[in-house]
Amino acid sequence: MIEFATHPERYRHWRLSIDGRVATLALDVAEDGGLEAGYSLKLNSYDLGVDMELYDAVQRLRFEHPEVGAVVLTSAKERVFCAGANIGMLGQSSHGAKVNFCKFTNETRNGIEDASAYSGQRYLCVINGPCAGGGYELALATDHIMLVDDGSSAVSLPEVPLLAVLPGTGGLTRLVDKRHVRRDRADFFCTTTEGLRGQRALDWGLVDELAPRSRLAASAQVRAAEFARQSDRPGDGQGIALTPLTKSVEADSIAYDFLTIELDRAQGLARLIVQAPVDAPPQELAAIHAAGVTFWPLALARALDDAILHLRFNEPELGTWVLCSRGSTDHVRLADTVLLAHQSDWLVREITLYLKRTLKRLDVSSRSLVALVEPGSCFTGTLFELVLAADRSFMLDGGFEGSNQAAAEIGLTEMNFGALPMVNGLSRLEGRFFGDDAALARVQERGGDVLGAAEAEALGLVTFAPDDLDWQDEVRIAVEGRAGLSPDALSGMEANLRFAGPETVESKIFSRLSAWQNWIFQRPNAVGEEGALKLYGSGRQARFDRKRV
Amino acid sequence: MGIDYNQKIPNNVDLAGDRRLQRALEKWLPAYLDWWQELGPARSSGMDVYLRTAVSVEPGGWAHYDFVRMQDYRWGIFLAPPVPERRIGFGMHKGEPVWNELPGEYRAELRRLIVTQGDTEPASVEQQRFLGATCPSLYDLRNLFQVNVEEGRHLWAMVYLLQAYFGRDGREEADGLLARHAGDPDRPRILEAFNERTENWLSFFMFTFFQDRDGKFQLAALAESGFDPLSRTCRFMLTEEAHHMFVGESGIMRIVQRTAELMGEHNTDDVSSFGGIPLALVQKFINLHYSICLDLFGSEKSTNAANYYSMGLKGRFEESKIDDDHVLTDAVYEIPEIRDGRVIVAEAPALTSINERLRVSYRQDSQRGIDRFNKVLRAHDIGFELRLPDAVFHRNVGGCADIHGTPTGALIDAETWQRRRDEWLPTQADFAFLRALMQPVTEPGKMAGWIAPPKRGIHGKAVDFDYVQFH
Repeated sequence: MIEFATHPERYRHWRLSIDGRVATLALDVAEDGGLEAGYSLKLNSYDLGVDMELYDAVQRLRFEHPEVGAVVLTSAKERVFCAGANIGMLGQSSHGAKVNFCKFTNETRNGIEDASAYSGQRYLCVINGPCAGGGYELALATDHIMLVDDGSSAVSLPEVPLLAVLPGTGGLTRLVDKRHVRRDRADFFCTTTEGLRGQRALDWGLVDELAPRSRLAASAQVRAAEFARQSDRPGDGQGIALTPLTKSVEADSIAYDFLTIELDRAQGLARLIVQAPVDAPPQELAAIHAAGVTFWPLALARALDDAILHLRFNEPELGTWVLCSRGSTDHVRLADTVLLAHQSDWLVREITLYLKRTLKRLDVSSRSLVALVEPGSCFTGTLFELVLAADRSFMLDGGFEGSNQAAAEIGLTEMNFGALPMVNGLSRLEGRFFGDDAALARVQERGGDVLGAAEAEALGLVTFAPDDLDWQDEVRIAVEGRAGLSPDALSGMEANLRFAGPETVESKIFSRLSAWQNWIFQRPNAVGEEGALKLYGSGRQARFDRKRV
Repeated sequence: MGIDYNQKIPNNVDLAGDRRLQRALEKWLPAYLDWWQELGPARSSGMDVYLRTAVSVEPGGWAHYDFVRMQDYRWGIFLAPPVPERRIGFGMHKGEPVWNELPGEYRAELRRLIVTQGDTEPASVEQQRFLGATCPSLYDLRNLFQVNVEEGRHLWAMVYLLQAYFGRDGREEADGLLARHAGDPDRPRILEAFNERTENWLSFFMFTFFQDRDGKFQLAALAESGFDPLSRTCRFMLTEEAHHMFVGESGIMRIVQRTAELMGEHNTDDVSSFGGIPLALVQKFINLHYSICLDLFGSEKSTNAANYYSMGLKGRFEESKIDDDHVLTDAVYEIPEIRDGRVIVAEAPALTSINERLRVSYRQDSQRGIDRFNKVLRAHDIGFELRLPDAVFHRNVGGCADIHGTPTGALIDAETWQRRRDEWLPTQADFAFLRALMQPVTEPGKMAGWIAPPKRGIHGKAVDFDYVQFH
């Protein structure tokens, strides 16, 4: 079982140090520390285990270190920055493992960009030696790239010429979309194995700054201090400790605080049941800070985040995730009110951003998402985003026969109108009603109201609103019908339907770049017996099928 | 084709017929001369030195000996004559005609090979630039300068290839070869072994014995290349490189000889108080230089080396004399591997073991030199034997980099290594001893007290010939 929880004290591959307002994250990969046997992590190359630690570090810097305004990402190895994802690992991984790995690494890099953009924690990358492939893609995810000008250290994206695959961790996209490297230059850059160094790398916009070796560390500190000064994070703030999650894994269930997952292997589905806070969440800032990881929105974000990763990596055959909720709608609404009232506080901002990223993770998961809005549920505000994220939603009209539970209700809060955008930059409501401004306006007018099934269906907020008579069959048929369809076709279809509207760097990475990469990952030119990825390291040269497809 | 010395850049590659290339190289020439002035042999420009200069590439009679003012030395571009109908001898292109033009798909790999090789040539000149001030004799001073000008010429050989075949990138690389400097903290030479200053003449002789022998093996492997201009360039460089190793081997031999004499005269192992270099110290320098050179061959398992071989760019030592299919797709080779704290011999694909194979050839060649030193010791009835240290000793590259070993191959822990390393490697005190010992001797025919005179002089001249004239 792949487990994502870790702690700086247990890191094998990263060194995290903090000096005042500047943190340094130095890559120092243990060669023999691969997650699986069969490959050696030479030259600071990475696998999923290395990236889990990076993700942990990025999260901790946000929550545990409000004083940190800038993060220097660099290598602790003298002669190399990072050689990218480990080729041996990629060569021996199944297709699914490669895709999962790439998605997670992409999400981590997006998270780094999110910290630079919204958390007041800007990342800069200090490249002290050769920086290839995924190593340069890591650099591309930071806000500022400093390259040692020693006449030999180069940045490169050699995937195409060397491995017959793409720089798939955002490399191609960020070159042209983020750094505005001219496409013809990017074309040249991505087809040379040796990359570019020094002045030319700077002139072409591949890096932002050069520094001689003897002044690299000092220049980095100057630049980092400058970034830190611009940060709005409190220099004297108290962080909150991300203590280990409460998580118990049984054969057919996983339980966290506020989230239970029932694994129905026969039906190939996982039922995620989100629990509202039992007590009203604290209203005062001091109380929120004191609550720390037990503050419901943060506890929920952490549980959901871990659960999504757990299911993605460990339960690939559970193709449908059924989203349910239980508990007090009032408490959920109150939690949203608190979050919105204290947006200027660094911690509240972090929690909101974390909810945003976690919901994005849900959006880009290759699972069918079905939301069930039943009596006793609490899909309001932030939790209603789960319904909006679903591919299909069902809301019971009225109550179940023989039950005296009140009919299900939903509600929108300010959180549904822009605080939790998807990867394409739109709120889920904007995406849902893309091109239909009138429908969106009608929904906006009802913001804050409590809505029953009929109204919700009429407004387009749920897909179907069957009554007690039809509920069981409707839901069963929907889920069973889904289970009969091709998982590949479903993943492709869902990924296309979920993101109407514009593209961003992030959305392009998941759609265009990942989609092409995942196609190439299946092709003989990369993974066939004579494919480049397969043969890399053997000294034998690839033979390509020359037909263009 | 003969060498045309009437041109600004002497050559046998018909430079006059290629205006573009001629312009490019003539543009590079002043930068090279500036570099030589700044970082070449210190205070040498006014000296007249009895040097050999290549005048032809035909075996036998290729060199001309005469006095040359150092600053007027003419560096040129010389390729060995083409072998008619030459075919690629190994890899996936085996049997195909050699490439006379750069194969586009291997541009990056060839560039890297040439730049890495090229970077070592000026590096050694830089490393050795202060040695003239402590020369043990005029004969040795002359040899030092001979080695230096020829390393300079080897730089020209690599720069020619870069400028002639690699377009703008090649020109930038050629400039880069002059921009990186040995030991420069900001722009160091590519290989770590070429960033240390060669501090004294014992180091110099060791360098020319061990490092230049590495050069020989690298050049020999590149001489097998399917890219014919590279092959022809390296073949001619090898003829010059042989002299450098002669300087190293005869230098160490003369030191050993002198030490053996002193040991006999004074009936002691410790000849340091009698102006000699103790054998134990010679052994320490062997340990140092040999272990550094083993690293130069790269990791035991190397994808790059395998690729270079499969692509037909860099072969094995004396490829054509090896009895196998020269493709190696299914062949295996035995390489050392560290497993559970022990060195074992493991079978590995022959393709990815190319580095190790070259390293083994190098070890055998080095051992022959060591055997000759020991013969001198035996002739003096001295029981001490010089030895090459084991491959696990003092390594920074490959499987042995993560462990510590003694010169005899026993594995030890880090603490023991720290405690005992001064027994095996030169210490600051050893360097200080050599600094104090090595005072310049510039009277013709005179030798410093720590080294025996050579058996004979250069090109038929007497040992007391005035090899270097100062002005």
